[in-house]
Amino acid sequence: MLRVIEQDTEKLIEKIIENYPEKTKKERKKHLIYNDPECTSSICQIKSNVKSRPGVMTSRGCAYAGSKGVVWGPIKDMIHISHGPVGCGQYSWWSRRNYYTGKTGINAFGAMHITSDFQENDIVFGGDKKLEQLCREIREIFPLAKGISIQCECPVGLIGDDIESVARKMTKELGIPVIPVRCEGFRGISQSLGHHIANDSIRDWVLGKVKGILEKETPYDVLILGDYNISGEAWSSRKILEEMGLRVIAQIPGDCTLNELTNMPRPKLILVHCYRSTNYIARYLEENFGIPWMEYNFFGPTKIYESMRKIAKRFDDKIVEQTERVIERYKPLMDSVIEQYRPRLEGKRVMLYVGGLRPRHIVGAYEDLGMVVVATGYEFAHRDDYERTYPELPKNSLIYDDPPHYELENFADALKPDLVGSGIKEKYVYHKMGIPFRQMHSWDYSGPYHGFDGFPVFARDMDMAVNNPSWKLIRRKGR
Amino acid sequence: MRQIAIYGKGGIGKSTTTQNTVAALAEAGYKCMIVGCDPKADATRLILHKKSQATVMDLARERGSVEDLELDEVLLEGFKGVKCVESGGPEPGVGCAGRGVITAINFLEENGAYTPELDFVFYDVLGDVVCGGFAMPIREGKAREIYIVTSGEMMAIYAANNISRGILKYAQSGGVRLGGIICNSRKVDKEYDLVSEFAVKLGTRLLHFIPRDNMVQKAELNRMTVVEYAPAHPQADEYRDLAKKIAENKNLYIPTPLTMDQLEGLLAKYGFLE
Repeated sequence: MLRVIEQDTEKLIEKIIENYPEKTKKERKKHLIYNDPECTSSICQIKSNVKSRPGVMTSRGCAYAGSKGVVWGPIKDMIHISHGPVGCGQYSWWSRRNYYTGKTGINAFGAMHITSDFQENDIVFGGDKKLEQLCREIREIFPLAKGISIQCECPVGLIGDDIESVARKMTKELGIPVIPVRCEGFRGISQSLGHHIANDSIRDWVLGKVKGILEKETPYDVLILGDYNISGEAWSSRKILEEMGLRVIAQIPGDCTLNELTNMPRPKLILVHCYRSTNYIARYLEENFGIPWMEYNFFGPTKIYESMRKIAKRFDDKIVEQTERVIERYKPLMDSVIEQYRPRLEGKRVMLYVGGLRPRHIVGAYEDLGMVVVATGYEFAHRDDYERTYPELPKNSLIYDDPPHYELENFADALKPDLVGSGIKEKYVYHKMGIPFRQMHSWDYSGPYHGFDGFPVFARDMDMAVNNPSWKLIRRKGR
Repeated sequence: MRQIAIYGKGGIGKSTTTQNTVAALAEAGYKCMIVGCDPKADATRLILHKKSQATVMDLARERGSVEDLELDEVLLEGFKGVKCVESGGPEPGVGCAGRGVITAINFLEENGAYTPELDFVFYDVLGDVVCGGFAMPIREGKAREIYIVTSGEMMAIYAANNISRGILKYAQSGGVRLGGIICNSRKVDKEYDLVSEFAVKLGTRLLHFIPRDNMVQKAELNRMTVVEYAPAHPQADEYRDLAKKIAENKNLYIPTPLTMDQLEGLLAKYGFLE
């Protein structure tokens, strides 16, 4: 059934970009479209994955953020060195809510943060020797760490330090894998290249090089790829898969160990959660080890049931039957959540702006609660992400790519959403505008929102935000 | 105080020419300082009679940071009171030598190396202007005057033209000017004519033509300038002459670098491309 929103999105786009200088207008226009899921022509394609225009306020990050912050950071039993001056390390320290189990300093090091703290001398004479010393110190202070990754900051690339040879030397000397990651922040146009570089470093420095342990294989082995376990949601996904009768041999990278990384070529099926940040390694595993991969979506009961059935179909009847039983078991709970919250949220309009997969994955969860996503967009998506987005959204909804804050604020003004879901960089602006807001990167220190465990929390949080009476007390000046 | 930077192709004789000229200036009573901006740290050897080991960056590395240095540890005096300092830097193939030059010059400024009684400060800068660090001596109002050392060899002319492009950039933003071209002869055919015309095309002039003489080599082997080692030799007079011309030079130009076609045309005219 085709869903349609009654709004003249095309006219709205024209109005918002009117204030731009000619060149900016021309360029930004290509990054703004109204959704037409039936249109396959290139006119309906949004432009993406290009450099942000200088002068606009973008929310994008850098390659270092994509590798250290996203892909490598959550690997819990390794030490990740922020190699370079202290700032990048300091400001990326423990800011992502990727939960894990374990004891700090014993088998988990996520709370630790280690940087080579480049000084003038390290720039002039090179940081290689300091890096070696740092690796040795890590081995001494944290003898239980299973490995080290070197996350390059900008200056390392500028002065051309040979960190690969340090990594090889230290791997030999210390007896644990030391993995160089060339994710200097100036590379690429957003954090997206950092994901790719991190994927490649797993391919080149872990697979086939680090010996892992997996005692036996079963026909039901699956692997969760690209779930970062924000507020523990990889756990709620894992729970569903295990109840279906599958065995999760690794969840990567949320709450993940180095050994789990080495299990990558072993499952029967790879389940890709965040396609954007992990599709590179998934394709590699498919091409080189013949392991199929598929995407799934565990946000909201409709999508959960759909994904569960899609996954089950890849296995035997036993799994299919068991999956139906699991759905039967959880359906009453899901129905009661919808029954409780839907009347309070029905018809409410949502505007989203998030990162890798949520701008499309959460749409179903909102629709389960009767809410309508009128606008959505990504910070760093590519064409294939948008192609996955069009069918998920109603016709005429607005899609923006890397929107500057000027656009977001003005779209919010015009679209009058009942809820904005975005990140910490956006949050307080909308608070001041008197629009209910939820952080959709960190779940606003709540969550999880995934799976059967997550949906009741999601519904409660959205109700709490949208129907909070305090918004009405905010008086807005000048608008 | 006049601050002067000497640029030119690697191996063309910048350090030798600079030190001999400075020795002649010192002999004439001027107070001079040489700042070597090259990790090889050989810009002051003939004045100090030894290769300076105490470069700014080497000592900074030893102590941990440049803040731990005292000026008198790196500022040494040589022939006729010429003050010498070397920036130093990394061994080839690692780190960032350009940043080393920036750090060293900032250190000299902050620690008062530029005293009012100095008449001349000479910056002897490595090879080409390869990155921002090696342009440091001509940035932010340091050296306003640049001399390019070249010969009549094709690659030296290419390099000189390229350096002029760097000067042009800073001429527009910071008032840096080209003082002239110094030809350190390699006895190439029609060398004088070629370099003279090249200088004119660059919008400047050939300030001095230093003939080739083995005495330079001999003095260098004795870790001395010709002015010190053989003060009566005609070659010493050449450097005295150059020193005088620099001291009296009032003609400073914004260079007009040649295009590749112009440059090749010029070289063809003097018989390189027959």
